[in-house]
Amino acid sequence: MIRGADIVVRSLIAESVQHIFGYPGGAIMPVYDALYDYHDQIKHVLTRHEQGAIHAAQGYARVSGKVGVALATSGPGATNLITGLADAMIDSTPLVCITGQVAAHLLGSDAFQETDVVGISMPVTKWNIQVRRAEEIAPAIAKGFHIARSGRPGPVLIDITKNAQIEAGLFNYVPCLSIRSYRPHFPVDPNAIAQAAALINQAQRPYVLFGQGVIIGKAELELKAFLDKTGIPAASTLLGSGALSEDHPAYVGKLGMHGNYAPNLLTNQCDILIAIGMRFDDRVTGDLNRYAKQAKVVHLELDPAEINKNVKCEVPVLGDCRESLSLLIDAVQDNNHPEWLGRFRELELLEQESVINHDLAPTKTGLTMGEVIRYINQYKADDAILVTDVGQHQMIAWRYFNYKKSKTQVTSGGLGTMGFALPAALGAQMADYSKQVICVVGDGGIQMTIQELGTIMQTKAPVKVVLLNNNFLGMVRQWQQMFFDRRYSFTELDNPDFIKLADAYGIKAVKVEERGDLSEAVAEMLLHKGPFFLEVVVEKEDNVFPMIATGCSVEEVRLS
Amino acid sequence: MNRYTILIYTENFIGILNRITIIFTRRGINIDALTASESRLDGIHKITIECAVTEEQIIQLVKQIEKITDVIKAYYFMDTEVVYQEIALYKLPIDSLDASLEKVIRQYNAHIIAAEKEFVVIEFTGHKEDTQALLETLKPYNLLEFSRSGRVAIAKPRFSVSEYLNNQTL
Repeated sequence: MIRGADIVVRSLIAESVQHIFGYPGGAIMPVYDALYDYHDQIKHVLTRHEQGAIHAAQGYARVSGKVGVALATSGPGATNLITGLADAMIDSTPLVCITGQVAAHLLGSDAFQETDVVGISMPVTKWNIQVRRAEEIAPAIAKGFHIARSGRPGPVLIDITKNAQIEAGLFNYVPCLSIRSYRPHFPVDPNAIAQAAALINQAQRPYVLFGQGVIIGKAELELKAFLDKTGIPAASTLLGSGALSEDHPAYVGKLGMHGNYAPNLLTNQCDILIAIGMRFDDRVTGDLNRYAKQAKVVHLELDPAEINKNVKCEVPVLGDCRESLSLLIDAVQDNNHPEWLGRFRELELLEQESVINHDLAPTKTGLTMGEVIRYINQYKADDAILVTDVGQHQMIAWRYFNYKKSKTQVTSGGLGTMGFALPAALGAQMADYSKQVICVVGDGGIQMTIQELGTIMQTKAPVKVVLLNNNFLGMVRQWQQMFFDRRYSFTELDNPDFIKLADAYGIKAVKVEERGDLSEAVAEMLLHKGPFFLEVVVEKEDNVFPMIATGCSVEEVRLS
Repeated sequence: MNRYTILIYTENFIGILNRITIIFTRRGINIDALTASESRLDGIHKITIECAVTEEQIIQLVKQIEKITDVIKAYYFMDTEVVYQEIALYKLPIDSLDASLEKVIRQYNAHIIAAEKEFVVIEFTGHKEDTQALLETLKPYNLLEFSRSGRVAIAKPRFSVSEYLNNQTL
């Protein structure tokens, strides 16, 4: 018999957990007491806020492919996890969050720091449970890990009452391998493969859209082999970036509201649309009534609820995309589509001239976000990880960062959580200290979780923070300019001296205001051994283009 | 819009009903009636939900319900594909029990299931139109209270949850 709190920690060890991110408090104190004994087996990272803990766990999970673990106390500790849970839910990130809860006999009594976190987190968790007895802890954790990482991954919350942490129970960890009510995988239907292959083989203008499903399904090699064989032009969603090296000859760019010109425009000219591990988010499709109506859609997807949800498909290929792509590779003919691919390249030139050149090599005085990314590309390692927040800098960094390896992109896609980047970068760095982790963030978003500079200080995680400072909530300001008659309602910020702030945290900090200093500063940052804070003062009122305005069709993508 | 009956087989875990209903709440869909009870299989609950939605909506709803980890299986049916009943109870003052009320009870084939000093309780089972018709008929008799259940339903198409469970590779 051991204490429930020890069962918690030993269960995590049994699940090969090496890092957890958390914040202590009354109702979780027994678990923290147990952690004291296991600090050589589990590294606990003390963040400065529970939201920081869960975003760090998300960054960790996205880079490592493992389940991220966050720990928090009851009440406010637990409610501070909610944004991260919602973010992980919509971006399919595997997490196990453990929250303390008041003792079972106090439940429902409005006890100090009691909150119904199981109720609150229900819509934003893949599964959650409250555990009130010590012997229920290990089975709940085993089930939680299985659910979090299997099928379409997602966040799990396990709420453990304080009495369960204190009481003794038998510990016998049995990993959970299946649950009778839960089907994470579906065998690929050979008929669906045959139908998909027949469509693909006859297609004149086939087009592949790939998303994060390729990364989650570990199908990067299969995607590459499929494109090598068929020569089909392929575009990436925001979270799919990295699944295919951007050097691949079939790669044509990025989809969505601020994606590339050709990939959006030509969506409405393809004859077969092959969607792989993506869910037709509204930021990708624009107006659904005018989205790829001319095309027959083949959808390779693991989650049955995603099939026909937004876009009706001719051939649903339900199942793991690694498996279905392997089968498809054998069923499709060797092919190439030089003319069709040429259309993408022609339009790419147009975008190059009217947008990209101005972003990357501007002639105006003010610095652009794009040129900062250009220098990052110049000096970064091939497997450097880009972590971004939400807004203009996110879109610019995504558009111009040179993705060569899988799992090099960590950003808040579906939820668009400002404040995500700084803690997520810390978590990403924890997953692999040998990698360059470059955290590109705006002056708005960084201030939502800026307290995590303290965690970077304490852990000495060598995160490179690149603050693109335009003294504005830039994306909102862009919309105000374009759609609200330049009425800049509450988007201009009076900012602190970020350099002094970073300095106060003992983090080496450099500020760049002149173009001439940029290259050297980026190089210095990437060579620096420890954490580094680079602030670049950029043009106040730059806009991100191309753009598909809300309610518009993909073919209405604008270059200015 | 069509009227649908959703049959859901779930593990009997705390909170499962909440997980199901928030799927409706989030999409702004009203649940017209809901019943939940143990099924004939040990430890497995059967939840019956009635709602009026489009075919596209019902397909999405059922997929989202099935996606819940603790839901074993969910099915949806049009009214023509299910046999269903609702039970209604009517409480009337004892002194309203006269010859004409007796006639109403006989006509409807309803039953008096309780008689106390002050009141009687009449039970009647049928579709909503039937129980509603009796409600209207009884109103002039100084009806004191009325209570109606959601529908319980059995699907006409053959399906077997126990077979489904046996076929799951565990």
